[in-house]
Amino acid sequence: MATEIALNIRKIFVDRATITAQLNLPLAPPSVTILFGPSGSGKTTILRCLAGLEQPEAGTILCNGQIWFDATTHVHVPPQARGLGYMGQDYALFPNYTVEGNIAYGLSGLSVQEKKARVNEVLSLLQIKELAQQKPTQLSGGQQQRVALARAIARRPQLLLLDEPLSALDAPTRIKLCEDLRMLLTRLAIPSVVVTHDWTEALALGDQMAVIDDGRVLQIGKPQEVFSQPINADVARVVGIETVVQGRIREIRNELATVQVGPVSVTAVASPELESDVFVCIRAEDVTLELAGSSETSARNHLRGTVQTVTSLGALVRVTINCGFLLTALVTRSAHSELRLAIGSDVRAAFKAGSVHLIPRR
Amino acid sequence: MNWMAIGVTCKLATLTSFALLIIGLPIAYWLTYSKWRWKFLIESIVALPLVLPPTVLGFYILIAIGPHSPIGRFYTDLVGHPLPFSFQGLLLASILYSLPFAVQPFATAFEQVDRKLIEASWTLGLSKLKTFFRLILPLSTAGLITGVVLSFAHTLGEFGVVLMVGGNIEGITRTVSIEIYDEVQALNYATAAKTSALLLLVSYAVLLLVYAMNRRVWSVWPRK
Repeated sequence: MATEIALNIRKIFVDRATITAQLNLPLAPPSVTILFGPSGSGKTTILRCLAGLEQPEAGTILCNGQIWFDATTHVHVPPQARGLGYMGQDYALFPNYTVEGNIAYGLSGLSVQEKKARVNEVLSLLQIKELAQQKPTQLSGGQQQRVALARAIARRPQLLLLDEPLSALDAPTRIKLCEDLRMLLTRLAIPSVVVTHDWTEALALGDQMAVIDDGRVLQIGKPQEVFSQPINADVARVVGIETVVQGRIREIRNELATVQVGPVSVTAVASPELESDVFVCIRAEDVTLELAGSSETSARNHLRGTVQTVTSLGALVRVTINCGFLLTALVTRSAHSELRLAIGSDVRAAFKAGSVHLIPRR
Repeated sequence: MNWMAIGVTCKLATLTSFALLIIGLPIAYWLTYSKWRWKFLIESIVALPLVLPPTVLGFYILIAIGPHSPIGRFYTDLVGHPLPFSFQGLLLASILYSLPFAVQPFATAFEQVDRKLIEASWTLGLSKLKTFFRLILPLSTAGLITGVVLSFAHTLGEFGVVLMVGGNIEGITRTVSIEIYDEVQALNYATAAKTSALLLLVSYAVLLLVYAMNRRVWSVWPRK
């Protein structure tokens, strides 16, 4: 059954910006919706309103046509009755229960055998069978995250809400678990809403994404589209990266990957465990522009192209270049005039292999 | 030593701390989680016995349960004898007198339970009541024991309230502290010394237990 969330709320805070969010999220499974934005943007509050942990001052929240919240008629379905799986930022495992006890905690109403079967099912799904009898304090961050996920999905929720599921982890664990989480969400096919401020997570996990800043929803779309085609300067500032294109890894040698992007190939620093289908992401400020005839620098990538658009952003100028794919560069106003950049002029774009981020693509 | 007085005292202290466990939990829960803006009014009332002279507290309790008050008349009609100068009256006074000694440690313990854990429990489908019994209470055991032990110890040593409400009836309301006073009045210093030493030892042992387990007993009211 397709799930749809219609949310239209206003939440007032004394000490920060009022949140005025309007979101219509079709959640056809398996669908992962990302709420993306900088910290303090209000994305966690929106998730908490969805969970019923926070009550907006005005507005409505509907899930599948069922009213979860309506300020005018004072309807507030409590979190207990929303059939959710919710995972908070620091996992909130119950210290007085074992891993098994944590997972079984929400399974009241099931017989002892059913409970046991369900616990074993999620333990093996998340590959944490050996942790069953441990207490949360004995677990590493990554293990705690798996237990919290297991606990959230054990009740077979109709909607899964994850608040920064990976941010409490160290970088290597994060990369590994991001991969696992993506596979798990695909396999579970439970509609999910994931809050994150990390664009690599947004690209790796999301089917659709909403960009949130200052309590407002700025843009909704496929992550790749939002990152590469921000609808306005606000979105561009929030999402940061500007070039996101699909590529395919041709070979990896000496930890350098050669990635085919359309008709050209790009060299990137490759992390192990990469599949061949990737998103190639390049920040606009990492791209330098040089005259087509000048000598090459130490950068691994030099792509010839023609200038397609030039947009002034105050002290900086955003230039998009067609070099087989659309590449966005951010240069200073003086560089812009020195290079005599105009639409249609030839230019060479350069960027280091280390500036190219490869994100696995579903 | 007067073993009858010791018996009365132990019975009174045990029943008081047990009753405070039952009464104190909901009060502490309400004080911890209520968002009512005038909550401090109730907080102050609960804490009042900490600063009020026991004789003042005893005086008001005596008036409240005496034959001229509705409560006193209702009780007399119901049971057949008046509440003042009975063990039941003394128990009621002790409960009120020791209320902050139970409620404050309970509330401090509840306050220390991470809000995120409680929210996690709610999203897992557990009602507020079930969350209380399966999560908050088990995580507050140290505070619960502290509250019970403190109210027990505090009741052991109460004097002014006992004298005002219970009087000095052998075997019914004469407690150890009254006994010591009587012995000193009668110049029986040796007996008074023995009983005092016993009370000192028991009180010290009780506080040792509490402090060893939880060093935050005397913290001020928990604040959000």
